[in-house]
Amino acid sequence: MSRQPYIRPVSKTTWYMRNGRYRKYMLREVTCLLVGVYCFLTIWVLAILASGSQEHWNAFLVSQQSPSVVAFHAIALIYFLVYQTFDWFKLAPKAMPVQLGEKKMPDRFIVIAHYAAWAVISLFVFWLAGVI
Amino acid sequence: MSTRQMELEVMRYDPEQDKAPYFQKYSVPCEDDWAILDAINYVKENIDTTLAYRWSCHMMVCGSCGMMVNGEPSLTCKTFIRDLPDRVRIEPLENFPIERDLVVVLDDVMEKLRMAKPFIIRKDDPPPEDREYTQSRANLYKFKQYTMCINCMCCYAACPQYALDKSFIGPAVLALAHRYNIDSRDQGKSERLNILADHDGVWECSFVGACSEVCPKSVDPAAAVQQMKIDGAKEWWKQKLGGGKS
Repeated sequence: MSRQPYIRPVSKTTWYMRNGRYRKYMLREVTCLLVGVYCFLTIWVLAILASGSQEHWNAFLVSQQSPSVVAFHAIALIYFLVYQTFDWFKLAPKAMPVQLGEKKMPDRFIVIAHYAAWAVISLFVFWLAGVI
Repeated sequence: MSTRQMELEVMRYDPEQDKAPYFQKYSVPCEDDWAILDAINYVKENIDTTLAYRWSCHMMVCGSCGMMVNGEPSLTCKTFIRDLPDRVRIEPLENFPIERDLVVVLDDVMEKLRMAKPFIIRKDDPPPEDREYTQSRANLYKFKQYTMCINCMCCYAACPQYALDKSFIGPAVLALAHRYNIDSRDQGKSERLNILADHDGVWECSFVGACSEVCPKSVDPAAAVQQMKIDGAKEWWKQKLGGGKS
């Protein structure tokens, strides 16, 4: 008897359409595009500030007030901040389990600690920026 | 005991006759308390004796009856009829070559198991005669969940990374390596990390997490892999900064 194992083909471009689990993962990964956009935006703002041009700065502020840009920020912020943060913080206990003696610390405590650290660091950044 | 007539669509493949797999339908009178494995056994015993598949213990211990049940990698002895619709599609585990019908070729994973060095490695002298390496319960609980793996390979069938790149070592083998790495009696962590923290090891994992979701024994291989990434990064820094090895 001859062995002729059959290999099922896997599409390199549409594999994530196979199930909801993969689609959810891709939704998380695609947030990197927004990180890229925000990096670009930050560099742009820094370049304007470095040039010292009041005219360019005012033009930038005006460009950020158009409804489409405001809508983009709102969607990006909600999608990026809420979805990405929620998803990664949910996974944090897997990467950083804490064992106290013979007991494993419940996952929710590790997740809450991440949200708390996020809040404290955000407040510190706001304080540095003179917002509070 | 009441019965329910179910339609099983089973993937068939005979390497000596078929160019590609196809589905064959069987109508099976299933009893309420059956697992899907019982329905497959019914087919084998009463309808079609040519059907090939693996099973042994029927109690979630041997790990041989892993199959795709309605597209989900499942232990068929743990997947109950009462939780399934009237029509069920049964396929061999995805991401593995099909040997015949529902039997897959597992050679690749068996080969990768060697790379994990799944045994305790000691660098110092053996313990005095009639003694063993002692371990506290706290140490044991650190890795106990990873000892629960029964090599059913459902995690490999769920892993899109393994589907796309067969050089990836994969979830179960990495979880097993992690089990020994965090065992307080073991001293072979740096030996394993040389292989497992390489490109085809933990860094190939992009944390889809599907392996942990389908694991019938709650081993959570995705957690093991993420912890190994941290260990691998630490080891890399140690070697860069002072040539230190754990």
